Amino acid sequence: MAGQTLYDKLWASHLVSSRDDGTSLIYIDRHLLHEVTSPQAFEGLRLADRRPWRIDANIATADHNVPTSLKERSAGIAGIEDNVSRIQVQTLDDNTTSFGIETFGINDVRQGIVHIIGPEQGATLPGMTVVCGDSHTATHGAFGALAHGIGTSEVEHVLATQCLIQRKMKNMQVRVEGQLGPHVTAKDIVLAIIGEIGTAGGTGCAIEFAGSAIRDLSMEGRMTICNMAIEAGARVGLVAVDDTTINYVKGRPFAPTPEQWDAAVESWRSLVSDDDAVFDKVVTLDAATIEPQVSWGTSPEMVVGIHDSVPDPSQATDDTTQRGITRALEYMGLHAGQKITDIQLDRVFIGSCTNARIEDLRAAAAVVEGRQVAGSIKQAMVVPGSGLVKRQAEQEGLDQVFRDAGFEWREAGCSMCLAMNADKLGAGEHCASTSNRNFEGRQGYGGRTHLVSPAMAAAAAIAGHFVDVREFVDTPAPARRVAGL
Amino acid sequence: MKAFVRQKGLVAPLDRANVDTDLIIPKQFLKSIKRTGFGPNLFDELRYLDEGYPGQDCSNRPINPDFVLNQPRYEGASVLLARKNFGCGSSREHAPWALEDFGFRVIIAPSFADIFFNNAFKNGLLLIQLDEATVDRLFDAVEQTPGYRLDVDLIEQKIMTPEGETIGFEVDAFRKYCLENGLDDIGLTLTDNSHAIREFETRHRAAQPWLFRGA
Ligand code: SF4
Repeated sequence: MAGQTLYDKLWASHLVSSRDDGTSLIYIDRHLLHEVTSPQAFEGLRLADRRPWRIDANIATADHNVPTSLKERSAGIAGIEDNVSRIQVQTLDDNTTSFGIETFGINDVRQGIVHIIGPEQGATLPGMTVVCGDSHTATHGAFGALAHGIGTSEVEHVLATQCLIQRKMKNMQVRVEGQLGPHVTAKDIVLAIIGEIGTAGGTGCAIEFAGSAIRDLSMEGRMTICNMAIEAGARVGLVAVDDTTINYVKGRPFAPTPEQWDAAVESWRSLVSDDDAVFDKVVTLDAATIEPQVSWGTSPEMVVGIHDSVPDPSQATDDTTQRGITRALEYMGLHAGQKITDIQLDRVFIGSCTNARIEDLRAAAAVVEGRQVAGSIKQAMVVPGSGLVKRQAEQEGLDQVFRDAGFEWREAGCSMCLAMNADKLGAGEHCASTSNRNFEGRQGYGGRTHLVSPAMAAAAAIAGHFVDVREFVDTPAPARRVAGL
Repeated sequence: MKAFVRQKGLVAPLDRANVDTDLIIPKQFLKSIKRTGFGPNLFDELRYLDEGYPGQDCSNRPINPDFVLNQPRYEGASVLLARKNFGCGSSREHAPWALEDFGFRVIIAPSFADIFFNNAFKNGLLLIQLDEATVDRLFDAVEQTPGYRLDVDLIEQKIMTPEGETIGFEVDAFRKYCLENGLDDIGLTLTDNSHAIREFETRHRAAQPWLFRGA
């Protein structure tokens, strides 16, 4: 018998029961809740007079709707100026309080984007099943956990039964081998993967990211990759457990106790695909050939290297693709053959569950240091992924680097990633964004999003248009102080 | 949830691949804490020429005459014909809520995004996956034939076209059972599996106590 993939193992270890047609019940270890997809689930629970099955499996925080300005935040929930948002955040608070669910409130330093705070708290552990009413739950797969987004009916199902009705997915492996070039990051890897396999490339599959380039990444880089598995069509992204995983988890608040630690590590060591495991689909990429990526269109697969140009619809192989490109160019206000480096920007957003962890902010700050945001940029903002990331960055002085350069330094939340709060693009504005979706209207009505890495966003903020961060960092900053002087 | 057994419905064609959930229902409408009332904002950015906001009266908004659902010939459509990877993007269940609230009961496409697919069935929508060639043919037929209706029979798993053609489709037995009977699967899980869940939980806790806080 062939060996098992990591996904096969996680599935088998959480299977409660299954029907003849393959419909199965799987047990859920961790459920993360936020304000947008939970109110209707709590309401359903109440209407049916049901109680949550296991309270301690749940953790909640408000992230999507929360304002990121200090002024609004300092007044807590009452300070949220948008009425509808305030009601939603208050509703989460009321629901979690009444059911006794642990909540990181809006002024708690542990508050932040659900997918950032789960790992940060050690609430995401290897070998777990993790769900959340949010598609970027795939992020947590970086820990060798089976993690995926669910809808609101499923949120209610998990609350009531601690289980989820599922069918087993197919196994797909994306191998990235070799060494990345300087300043090429996890974000560029995942954008390149999506460019290669398309936004439906992983539909119906759990994608395990493997290969030496993935192994070489930090946990934060692996989270960036798994985060965007959903943009490749896969609900689940996975990376096998190794020392990097185990070292990251150690000592976090929700991690195993010292008495449990050795047994936990021993069990986690098996969370890798067997050598003879068979995948339904395998795709291989050479890390050395990956350039810094920039998306030009309205789907994450519409992405090219920094030195490429916007594609020409007339070169498309089929009608649907051709129409897709034409419509995207029209929406984005770009023309066929235009160089990526010629795209002028209006705003820059560094944030989101893809790229708002400390390493992301360090990478951006390193580019920004001693330089100034271009005068043509209306707004450049940095939104840390959690209160703890923000505090860490401030201890390292990164906030000052950003502020000195002309960036705004905000409170934690989803912010302009989806523009449910006041942070949004105006119609027609181009934005270099470290988030994960460039759909029409995603960052504001008529807004034009270009997905990039934090370093590329930082460089674009300084230049006012896209530039190759590799060439950019080699040019000394005009006002840079030389160390030791 | 509403049961679905068989329906003969007017077909509206949405000729666009990768229709994402932001397009189906833009995020500003996700602030609602209700499950209903999303229909007027379905495809908001395509349907209207201005920017919509939650709680607004949509009857006076400028509509986009070019958008397919605004064309009189498709008024009252309950079958949506779509292109590949329909429903990609976020997990928002507001997308199927909006489609259902608008009046759709059936969506036909060459492929659907996974989470959307799940969510739709839980809200009484029947999603039918057909091969590209068949979908292409249906697009042509709908465009050429005003009042084009498809007779969709879940029990028999068949679509009958006005031309007299019968197209079979696949659907999971469990999903079919829930949809046919309009069943809430939480109730089903609790009745059929409470015992199995408790047993599993006891074993799981013994094997990996660190997964349980306060264990
Ligand atoms: S940061 Fe963006 S993608 Fe991530 S959870 Fe928030 S809205 Fe979703």
